[in-house]
Amino acid sequence: MATSSTVTKPRDILGSSALRPDGAHKVQGSFEFTSDMHAENMLWGATLRSPHPYARIVSIDTSAALALSGVQCVITASDVPGKPTYGLISSDQPVFAQDFVRYMGEPVAAVAADHPETCRRALALINVVYEVLNPLTDPEDAVSGAHDPIHPDGNIIRHQRIIRGDQTATGPIVVEGEYVIGMQDQAFLGLEAALAIPDPDGLGVHLHVATQWLHEDLSQISACLDLPAEKVRLTLGGVGGAFGAREDISLQVHCCLLALKAGRPIKMQYSREESFFGHVHRHPATIFMRHHADANGKIIKIDARFVFDGGAYTSTSPAVLINGITHTQGPYKCDNATVDGYAVRTNNPPCGAMRGFGVVQACFAHESQMDKIAAAVGKSPVEVRLINAMVTGDPLITGQIMESVAPVARCITETDVIPLPEPLGTTVNELALPGGSGLTASRSNIVRGIGWGVSMKNLMYSEGFDDYATARCILKDGVASLKFATSEVGQGFVTLAPQIARSVLGVDEVIIEPIDTQIGSAGSTSASRQTWMSGGAVDGACRLVRERLFHHVGKMHDIDPLRLVIDGTDVVDQLGTFRISVADSSDGIEISETFEHHHRATEELDENGQGNCHTAFAFVAHRAVVDVDPELGLVKVVQIATAQDVGRVLNPLSAIGQLEGGIAQGLGLAVMEEIVMKDGKVRNPSFTDYLLPTALDAPDVIAVMIEEYEPQAPLGAKGIGEPPCISVTPAIVAAIRNAIGKDIERIPVRPQDICL
Amino acid sequence: MTVIVAKELTTALAALREHDDARLIQGGTDLMVEINFNHVKPTTMVSLRDVEALRTIRTDTAGILTIGSGVPYSVIEGEPVLSAIPALAQAARTVGSPQIRAAGSLGGNLGTCSPAGDTLPVMFALDAMIHLNTLDSSRVVSIHDFMTGVKRSVRQHDEIITAIDFPIVRGWQGYSKVGVRNAMVISVASACLVADLENANVRIALGSVGPTIIRCRESEAWLKSTQDLSAGQSISIDVANEFGRRAAAESSPIDDHRSTAEYRRHAISVLASRLLRKAYQ
Repeated sequence: MATSSTVTKPRDILGSSALRPDGAHKVQGSFEFTSDMHAENMLWGATLRSPHPYARIVSIDTSAALALSGVQCVITASDVPGKPTYGLISSDQPVFAQDFVRYMGEPVAAVAADHPETCRRALALINVVYEVLNPLTDPEDAVSGAHDPIHPDGNIIRHQRIIRGDQTATGPIVVEGEYVIGMQDQAFLGLEAALAIPDPDGLGVHLHVATQWLHEDLSQISACLDLPAEKVRLTLGGVGGAFGAREDISLQVHCCLLALKAGRPIKMQYSREESFFGHVHRHPATIFMRHHADANGKIIKIDARFVFDGGAYTSTSPAVLINGITHTQGPYKCDNATVDGYAVRTNNPPCGAMRGFGVVQACFAHESQMDKIAAAVGKSPVEVRLINAMVTGDPLITGQIMESVAPVARCITETDVIPLPEPLGTTVNELALPGGSGLTASRSNIVRGIGWGVSMKNLMYSEGFDDYATARCILKDGVASLKFATSEVGQGFVTLAPQIARSVLGVDEVIIEPIDTQIGSAGSTSASRQTWMSGGAVDGACRLVRERLFHHVGKMHDIDPLRLVIDGTDVVDQLGTFRISVADSSDGIEISETFEHHHRATEELDENGQGNCHTAFAFVAHRAVVDVDPELGLVKVVQIATAQDVGRVLNPLSAIGQLEGGIAQGLGLAVMEEIVMKDGKVRNPSFTDYLLPTALDAPDVIAVMIEEYEPQAPLGAKGIGEPPCISVTPAIVAAIRNAIGKDIERIPVRPQDICL
Repeated sequence: MTVIVAKELTTALAALREHDDARLIQGGTDLMVEINFNHVKPTTMVSLRDVEALRTIRTDTAGILTIGSGVPYSVIEGEPVLSAIPALAQAARTVGSPQIRAAGSLGGNLGTCSPAGDTLPVMFALDAMIHLNTLDSSRVVSIHDFMTGVKRSVRQHDEIITAIDFPIVRGWQGYSKVGVRNAMVISVASACLVADLENANVRIALGSVGPTIIRCRESEAWLKSTQDLSAGQSISIDVANEFGRRAAAESSPIDDHRSTAEYRRHAISVLASRLLRKAYQ
């Protein structure tokens, strides 16, 4: 009977798979990344870097570079007007090396010139005389004191222990191992880039930059420039991925200094090779663990020792260390622990934040241990994990009580019931076997294995840090405008924020104002925190606006505002018949509210590693099925099954994207991704030799979202960015061990580790 | 930089004569990387991309497939090469990504002459012949004489590689390449094996395990002297493994950031054994 063809489009509210506003532009190549930016009268900047891991700078002669036609200026350490160093936690990293270079690739000078090629030639003309020194490349030499301090702050960045429960406790089952984790790169696709535009009066600068945390950049940059914070303005440029690598300063200060000195806009962008030297990496680590368990496999005590190689400067090493050691137990009950952890300084590249932040390393060790316990007591990997699974209310080895929703057992059991892939038949597509397009194997050469990994990950910042987020909402004529400084690095906050505003305010049209420092901090886009923190701020601002709208409507129509609610895109009286659209009700008025969201307070650890140091936690289980060619040592990950504790799914499409992407990144660490070092030198700074998984390496992913509303989270949703990449790595390695019956304690697993 | 975009082969050949500094570019998948890294700085480039004569696949001579030096890998992956010279099609499939395979060609593999060049072991196993032209002369050189070292060949400055002759051999042939990723990876070790049933012999050539592609003549001779390699025969696993060990012994790999000499040698023994078993199963 109905003849109308009108279809009501589902609204892009919370819970819908709203599409990214920038998605089509990115796919079509029309999205403006920071490296695409341009300014009138612009010059190019470039950086001269140390070829040595450790050397004393005897002299720097820039005269020949300055004399080159087209060169505007050359700057070195002596041109830094303010603080000569920067750093996220400890300000120990020089803007330019002054007396010593402490890692290969450390910036020594920068030039501004009319063309990138002129820059390159000018860099070649800068004459730096080095006295090459014996580099400290073995982290154990930093721990033991075998090498002289390579920095005035010493070679130990942080030492922390955790002493919990009965130190003499033992069990009938004792398993141990020493686990080695290689250096992974974040390998974002959008390379470091910035455009700095000096103020006409030369007393300030506006920096467009691809970063994870505008306000932290701002405070470090202004200190180095010796400018008041209000004279430095930052606007987020288009960012192509981050994964932690944009948390530290890279080219920001250099670019601003050149712009102020040249009095012209300066653009800087790194090549892929320079990017490998221009940002911090995931910490390589060596972790010894010994588990005592009872005859059922229940954990009695854990002894552990962690050494994280922080490289030449502090970056976030102290926090990575704490994350690592406080996750020694994984998602399992443990009453007794003795943990000793070091983050040390070496002449290797600086290491800092990367997705998983210290927990990736710990998880590889504790999950390898869980399988050893299972084998020792004759139980399956699933059984031994279920016996030990943590629940809400359990104490952690730091004494902190697990207050987050903790569906660990559910993560495991719901992963366990996901169907396994079809067994390998007698005839198979050879491209799908280990070796792929290299056609190295036949079906008969292949064995299959299954392995497990389960993890716990802290969300937000720890140890007393108040990483709050700020947002403003303006409602005018039925349109909401949102303002925040939240870095959109690809995670999808520019999709989520309008979803929140539509749900709370009943609007359809939402404008996101420029993301810059003209509002309070949003904190970093890291630690799986922006949905919780900036999401909480946007939600809070929208709720304040809604409250005022209800007052306005109540006053205009003589209804108690407490009776008003949003229904779809209308304001309705839930006790009567009154109904008015949000657009009509906000016609001619403007309501503006700003909200800061703070998470619960946390504490620093005491000398025994006790304290409520973490904010909240999320959990995930992974089951990997891999095919292995034992003779050639080649691997194909066939399937990853996963059930993740997400609190609540706010955008299903975005959520599955995080899970699949994280799994690919964890797969990379398991079997191929490693920055290969020799004597402090990086051997493979290119995508030719630093291998990332391709489509042919990516497994089928079957994911279950476990939705148990998290009462502490503003939207009930936990952060979901990091967990996918954490326990998938040990699951894959366990599957390889299961396939070949050989112990492997190092990642990434190399072919020779399997077959020789 | 001057770029001469040749439509005819003679234009390109004349440009080489005229410009001592000229560099040939076809797909640019290797040279452009070198240029972008400032490893080379050509002042004159001669583009062969529009020279249609280099993009043909012909069977002018019975039993020989002649493939133009500019035929992209994406074409070599399919017919008629796939049926006539399957090992070459397999090798072409292992080159880079689809984008790279749409641009790269055998001329580039030969021009660069890297020991990791994916199609070179196929040429060595099949005794391919390389056609080289100048403005006023031409010659045909065996692949064994063409490649003289790491990124070194007998090609003269004024010569263009126009085509490669591949004998069509009756018998199984295959190519295997080990990399630490299932696609788009530089070879850690590779091998091409050709069973020639007419002549009852087997030929095997190795990539990435020496300064040039290595043809394992001693292993081939040992196999021929101990086994009947004509049609319908089979090879035992013990013989195949011994053949693998012998082939590995003829390789001379090095340690580098991609792998170790020990693993490369081991991989060659496995690949050679497996290829031989496939050829005579």
